[in-house]
Amino acid sequence: MDFLLTHLVAKYNFWLYIILMMIGLYAMIAKNNLIKKLVGMNIFQTAIILFYVSIGSKRGGTIPIVEHIAGGGEHAINPTRYVNPLPHVLMLTAIVVSVSTFGVALALAIKIYQRYKTLEEDELLTRIRES
Amino acid sequence: MKRLALLIVILSGGLLLYATKDFPSWGDPNSPASTHVSPRYLEKSLEETAVPNVVTAVLADYRGYDTMFETTVIFCAGVACFMLLRKFEPEERDLYYRHIPTGLTLHIKGEKQIPSTSKEFEKIDAIWTPYDFIINTVSRFLVPFIQLFALYVIAHGHHSPGGGFQGGVILGASIIVLAVAFNLRTAVRRFGEKIDGIMSALGVFIYAGVGAFCAILGAEFLNYRALAKILPVGKVMARSHGILAVEIGVGIAVMAVMICIYNNVASEGKFDEGL
Amino acid sequence: MTGNYPALLVTVPLLAAFVIYGCSWLHKRSCLFMALLGLTIPFAISVALLKKVLINGHISYHLGGWDPPWGIAYELDPINAIVLVAVTTVALVNLIATSKEIETRFSDRRGAFYALYLLFVVGLLGIVATGDLFNLYVLLEIASITGYSLIAMGDPARAPLSSLNYVFMGTIGACFYLLGVGYIYIMTGSLNMADVHALLPPLYHSSAIVVAFIFCLVGVMIKMGFFPLHSWLPNAYTYVPSPAASLIAPLMTKVMAYVMIRLMISVFSPKFVFSSIAASNAVVWLACLAIVMGALMALAQRDVRRMLTYIIVSEIGYIVGGAWIGNATAMSGAVLHIINDVLMTFCVFLSLGAIARSTKGYQIENFSGLFKKIPVTMATFVVSGLSIIGIPPTCGFFSKWYLILGAIEGGHYGFIVVLLLSSLINIILFFRIFEEAFFVYPKTNAVHTEGEASIAIAETPFVTLIPLVLTAILLIFTGIYSGSLIALIIKPVVSAGLL
Repeated sequence: MDFLLTHLVAKYNFWLYIILMMIGLYAMIAKNNLIKKLVGMNIFQTAIILFYVSIGSKRGGTIPIVEHIAGGGEHAINPTRYVNPLPHVLMLTAIVVSVSTFGVALALAIKIYQRYKTLEEDELLTRIRES
Repeated sequence: MKRLALLIVILSGGLLLYATKDFPSWGDPNSPASTHVSPRYLEKSLEETAVPNVVTAVLADYRGYDTMFETTVIFCAGVACFMLLRKFEPEERDLYYRHIPTGLTLHIKGEKQIPSTSKEFEKIDAIWTPYDFIINTVSRFLVPFIQLFALYVIAHGHHSPGGGFQGGVILGASIIVLAVAFNLRTAVRRFGEKIDGIMSALGVFIYAGVGAFCAILGAEFLNYRALAKILPVGKVMARSHGILAVEIGVGIAVMAVMICIYNNVASEGKFDEGL
Repeated sequence: MTGNYPALLVTVPLLAAFVIYGCSWLHKRSCLFMALLGLTIPFAISVALLKKVLINGHISYHLGGWDPPWGIAYELDPINAIVLVAVTTVALVNLIATSKEIETRFSDRRGAFYALYLLFVVGLLGIVATGDLFNLYVLLEIASITGYSLIAMGDPARAPLSSLNYVFMGTIGACFYLLGVGYIYIMTGSLNMADVHALLPPLYHSSAIVVAFIFCLVGVMIKMGFFPLHSWLPNAYTYVPSPAASLIAPLMTKVMAYVMIRLMISVFSPKFVFSSIAASNAVVWLACLAIVMGALMALAQRDVRRMLTYIIVSEIGYIVGGAWIGNATAMSGAVLHIINDVLMTFCVFLSLGAIARSTKGYQIENFSGLFKKIPVTMATFVVSGLSIIGIPPTCGFFSKWYLILGAIEGGHYGFIVVLLLSSLINIILFFRIFEEAFFVYPKTNAVHTEGEASIAIAETPFVTLIPLVLTAILLIFTGIYSGSLIALIIKPVVSAGLL
């Protein structure tokens, strides 16, 4: 019971992201259809985003936009009131990267489809061997 | 392959699960991630950059160099889609036209085609050719409002969630709405491929150019403080303005690249019809 | 302005790429000139930086004027600087040598091609120079995405699928690296390499840090094509268009190998890597396996380009093995081998691209009689082949020499045996080709009419030939001066890192 409390309840976010990520990884390796692999890749990358955003959270923290009173910058800012902004910044980059990779991969998939008229990996391999 | 995949998944998943036991618990305000580097951003960003939205301050200033490359990644994707898919030689295929006064559809086989200057005939997509008055009109009315909202998101990134990426995507969506509601040709007519290509390069160029300009003014690369030499504001406000400048660049680049990717992927590089 | 060199090194080609792509919509012919300019300036800057680093020591450049743990910093030491020089040299020479082919082959999209070419170089330069873990990830993705699309422009039948497989593997690699960085971040709260290095020692026994190291390492190993994770490499590097082949094949894998060494020395510490994890024996044995398997698979190929891709797998094994033996000599050998291998692989791929002009394909049979036809080009091919084998005056010999010395010092005799064995296999591999090119004459159908006279000398055009010959000479020069390269540049940094 103690184990559950300290490890599962306190960190369930980290467990969830691993499960999600492994679903994506499995799809990327095991699926036969290239588009399904691509979707797996997206799940995989999104899981990492979930992980980073979980790092940034703080109990009782609000969004990191500092309230400011007009004309005064004197009041001290208590950093525990706001969630950690850095992981959010990093993940904005990761989102952009995953979108870009997805775009390029889709373009490649279209190029493959134009030539072989299929996106199933086994069919592709037989067609390549035939030609 | 499935067994191998399962093995890899179980192995790496197990390893990751095993490592979580040393993690600080979720939401712990005393974890190293929340106490080592990030408090400085929260405490000082308003004072040092005059930007209340800390995410924007970190994104475009403290770690602005990352963001420059992030925009470059997007640019790469746009250029890559163009290079991989774009076909310049027109393909031979059947053409479909609508006779506007009567609404009849004309199917032309072979090489002949109706000149694009013709007012009576309108080229339509081969696969699906509806003409929905309501969708067309509503989306045409919506576009300016979407764009206005996008500009607000870009400009207000200093004070509320938003910024160049989000605003740029919304701007791009406003053109893509046209492509979905009418057809790709209408969207390309409104926002041409050439201007799109130039704008995608221009957007990232603004970002890197602002950085290089700071270097020319004698400070480090991307140190917006140097802009105070030419702007009529103090050094802190110069940072704020520098952030705005790069956010605008990001917005332009993201918009242009989104449209470029959509056009190339949807029409398989032919730019005539798609989706 | 000289103070800004580290940033300008990366941003000059970056700006040039944007200008080229923008201008390609208006005026296509100016692209090549701007691309050349955009690579010549960073080349000059990198040489200047190397000189500066050798005189003044370590350079730290704070981007945006923010101090390291909060902002991003570039850290340059002599090894970084020499790798930067190698990257810029290869990129510039390759562009000059292959410009003609690029102009004709990609005439309707040359702006995009040059832009991607330059951005690929930007990515690699940034990876080498950066002192920030997350910045490295972003730059890695730039290099990867541009790499995917350059590779996909090759043989239309096979290249897109090979490239897509590379996308899947590459994304897994990059994401594993990102995950490792996340684990480091959650435990230390920092992303700056030097800061992490200082914060880590009390955490060495934490399982999260060990897992972080494993994931970073596996991610980087996927990207560099280390043996069991190399499956994307042969196809991707076989079907890539030849102007991009001589850019991507030498640089990408080697720069990633360099990142591995950076991770081992400047993020984690040798104490952690070699004592706390105690996996160094296992990794060295894995490297031995990589070397043997790479060499054997190369032996099975009839296609010369495919054979070379397996040789790359084998060479990566040398570097990983040398780095994990864990003493200063072997580590210096590994770093020297990175630089030498960049030059050797570049030379061999460039000459192969030039040879392909006068052959129909890359099969060994296509090479018959080439010595008569293109003597100088074949000579450069021979020099690079000898260097990969490791024949004394060429540079390949010296890095293998240091690797062997380090292995003796570390007591890894298996590694020495494997190294010699793979050199023997390399001899077979290359002399097979030399024999075909030197002694066998092409079988012509019209035997009665022309016979041997049909072999006309059709040497490579000068714009390709001169860079090629210079590269071949550079191989020998690097070999001769490798002693001072080790003593002045590599050894001091490596020894300081390993203490």
